[in-house]
Amino acid sequence: MNPTSKPKVAFYWCASCGGCEEAVVDLAEDILNVVEAVEIVFWPVAMDFKKQDLEAMPDRAIAAALVNGAIRTSEQEEMVRLLRRKSQCLISYGACAQLGGIPALANQFEREEILRYVYQEAPSVINNSGTYPQPATPHNGDTVTLPAFRNSVRALDQVVEVDYYIPGCPPTPALTKAALDALLAGRLPPRGTVLAPDVALCEQCPRLESKPKDLSLDAFQRPHRTALDPEKCLLAQGIPCMGPATRSGCEALCIKGNMACTGCFGPTSRVLDHGAKILSCFASALAPKEPQGIDQALAGLPDPVGTFYRYSLARSLLRRKRGPSQTQHFIRGNPP
Amino acid sequence: MRTPRPDQVRIGFYICHCGTNIAGALDVGEVVNHVAGLPGVALARDYKYLCSDPGQELIQHDIRDHGLNRIVVAACSPLMHERTFRRAVEEAGLNPFYCHMVNIREHDAWVHTDRQEATAKAKALATGAVRRVALHKPLETKKVPIHGEVLVVGGGIAGIHAALILADAGKRVYLVEREPTIGGHMARFDKTFPTLDCAACILTPKMSAVGAHPNITLWTYSEVTQVEGYVGNFNVTVTRKPRYVIEDACTGCLQCIEACIYHDARFPDEFNLGLGKRKPIHLPFPQATPPVVLIDPGTCIEFKTGKCKKTCVEACADRRAIDFQQREETRQIQVGTIIIATGFQTFDPRRIPYYGYGVFPTVYTALEVERLLNAAGPTGGEVILRNGKPPQRVGIVHCVGSRDENTNRYCSRVCCLYSLKLAHLIKEHTGAEVYNFYIDIRTPGKGMEEFYNRVAEEGMHLVRGKVADVYPDPADPANGRLMLQVEDTLMGRILKVPVDMLVLSVGLEPRADTQEVRRKFNLCCGPEGFFLERHPKLAPVSSYAEGVFLAGCCQGPKDIPDTVAQAGAAAAQALALIVRGYTEQEPNTAYVREEDCSGCKSCIPLCPYTAISLAADKQKAFINEALCKGCGVCVAACPSGSIGQNLFEDEQLLSEVEGVLTYA
Repeated sequence: MNPTSKPKVAFYWCASCGGCEEAVVDLAEDILNVVEAVEIVFWPVAMDFKKQDLEAMPDRAIAAALVNGAIRTSEQEEMVRLLRRKSQCLISYGACAQLGGIPALANQFEREEILRYVYQEAPSVINNSGTYPQPATPHNGDTVTLPAFRNSVRALDQVVEVDYYIPGCPPTPALTKAALDALLAGRLPPRGTVLAPDVALCEQCPRLESKPKDLSLDAFQRPHRTALDPEKCLLAQGIPCMGPATRSGCEALCIKGNMACTGCFGPTSRVLDHGAKILSCFASALAPKEPQGIDQALAGLPDPVGTFYRYSLARSLLRRKRGPSQTQHFIRGNPP
Repeated sequence: MRTPRPDQVRIGFYICHCGTNIAGALDVGEVVNHVAGLPGVALARDYKYLCSDPGQELIQHDIRDHGLNRIVVAACSPLMHERTFRRAVEEAGLNPFYCHMVNIREHDAWVHTDRQEATAKAKALATGAVRRVALHKPLETKKVPIHGEVLVVGGGIAGIHAALILADAGKRVYLVEREPTIGGHMARFDKTFPTLDCAACILTPKMSAVGAHPNITLWTYSEVTQVEGYVGNFNVTVTRKPRYVIEDACTGCLQCIEACIYHDARFPDEFNLGLGKRKPIHLPFPQATPPVVLIDPGTCIEFKTGKCKKTCVEACADRRAIDFQQREETRQIQVGTIIIATGFQTFDPRRIPYYGYGVFPTVYTALEVERLLNAAGPTGGEVILRNGKPPQRVGIVHCVGSRDENTNRYCSRVCCLYSLKLAHLIKEHTGAEVYNFYIDIRTPGKGMEEFYNRVAEEGMHLVRGKVADVYPDPADPANGRLMLQVEDTLMGRILKVPVDMLVLSVGLEPRADTQEVRRKFNLCCGPEGFFLERHPKLAPVSSYAEGVFLAGCCQGPKDIPDTVAQAGAAAAQALALIVRGYTEQEPNTAYVREEDCSGCKSCIPLCPYTAISLAADKQKAFINEALCKGCGVCVAACPSGSIGQNLFEDEQLLSEVEGVLTYA
């Protein structure tokens, strides 16, 4: 087969841990079929292509670009805009690209706070000269540049238009394979679709039977301080499980490992704000009705943002902690 | 019917002047001009009174002449006129739910003073409504049939009166009373103000009419333990406490009481507030309805030791009415409407320690004095003190627990008049000097001021002042005489009044278990704790729960005439629903998108109307539309956004919010 007639595919990572890249490799022997079927034209983590190679391609030359990671720096913005231009189909791969992911938890802090901590205050840092990264630094008569560090972490679709989303932290091999198969076969749903079932995880959960019909939350337990029953619904054990609010498709892997769902597949298509929705659900089911009892129950949730918005803060209605430097449009507005 | 296509939304916008109510506070013309320029708006007008017939006709003509398919009316609260405009729009051939109201009177004109800002707010609200109404869908109002049976909770005069009206109208009534007999507080009263007719003489005929009425099922010594369902179709569970006497077998001959192993009555008698004594087997009072005795297991020897000779059983003989094995029973009934007539409790004067109630034996509550005055009471109608002597000087303290920031702030309404009544009766029975200590004498109502004048002329001492202290008279400590210290605020003098009987005119309070009852029947309570009527003037016997009506003092303190009037009104309202035979169900109900539901069951325990269940075969939530009241609790709680609600769809609400914010 003439390699040029195969559909061209690109992979790129932005602000992410690298787990999504490994998830592609996790396809195991199936990856051979993928490699057989497509021509990989750009994959910095695994293959030697440069930005110039990408720029040299005609627009829309790439059939599909899979981008993982959130967007924080000017370099990431530039790269995803470039990929958008060169690709017919831009696929958001993984939780960070879709929702902001773990990196977006940084939206609880101001840019300056983060830099100050990382370059000055962290216990392992000695920075007597007070050096901070600068976008441009003169060096030996030349200028050395660094990408600009933006105030907020954004999801991919808050920077460029996204055609499809493959959710997960990281996406499962099965989901990745199904998406690639659909792509290659041209069997794709309407643009903007998340390529996973649009029903919450409870439906697939092996413990659904043990979830009581009259669940009432007296207190929240922390998993590392609780001996967990491996059969019983985790919510019934007081563990804040995001399953009821989180899209399924993950094969309930965490639950099978006796860990609560942390919400990496994001909300269903019908929910605007993942964290607010599960919060609304838990608040409705909270047994104590008096302030003191409520406070006691909430003491089991020392990090509400990290619990309810672990992956979705950037894509939430609030997007970030409001700082003095922002004038924000909270509803469907433009990101700062 | 015109079928509007979503791509051809033609909105008619109408803003009402409401005389000067709205037009006086904001610039209606400016709002019209603003809205006229919004996308989708085909026409915008203002009108003096849109709710008037010509106002409604204007909208109807515009619908026909201009092909409008959505209507926004900016006027008063939808509580007032949403029905009016929906009906008008429906008559013009549109689905009534294509009409949306914006409240710019209560939410805007009435609460702002700055004309410019009020106008801006009206524009913002109108913009939101215009955005929202474009996304409205046609909906249908459903008719739900109504059961003809009525549950009356509480067998005081209110419950009795309401039950009799309904039963006389041919309706089946279940009257549930917690005590062993009906009659309530009124059965304890001696005479009634202002006519001084005997309470028992007017009450007991009604009590026995209830007992004998073929359409009334009377369950005394019983409580409503569970209420499910909705207007027209309530499923009620009633728990019947064991009286250890078979109701159908007891003839009320009272031979068992005579034969009880205790020759003398020696246990405090609840009906007489502990002033008299009864035996373990007893009838609360001679005219008790039903005339069925009961055994108090706390004092009965058979229950305590199992070794009684059971002389009562011997006396009962063939009737075999006594059953020591009797157990609590539950009954299930289906009713269409419910009347709550659970009454009140009197203020416990121990909460104001300086009056000495419970400390000095000569201090009585007004209700206790009613029993002392009553010919069927513990003293046979003689007012004699606990030391056996009649009082010569009696003090009556008004407003005990009422009109006081430390206890209840409200006026209990009946105390002034019953205090005057007691003053008259005590004087009549004993010839004692009677002192009334009042804050204000309040005597509204027919014949009440005349009654006050009559009693005043009988030579009562009426002292305007609050009793500040009560202590044993140092001059006469042996006889239990008390000294009252009071400032006579008309004379501007501190008085010390010795009395040998002190009567506390205690106020009326919500019953201790009001909150429990409130939850059971989905009622609301006002700040003072009584059940809240839907509208203080225009819906005084309706509660916030559809099909549940309020009668008597559970809604607030009132005298017997008002209680009876209200009970009649509640009965009429219940009857009106039953006679119509159906209720209309607002279509603002919640629904589950079955293919989206994960079966997580989060919604099921939250529904206050128990409308949600899990369809066992599919493991999906199912909402019974007839039970749903559209409160939205499940919609907010559904963690996967799989429950929607008609008229409150996410896209409608978000568009409305966006509309308001885009303008703002």
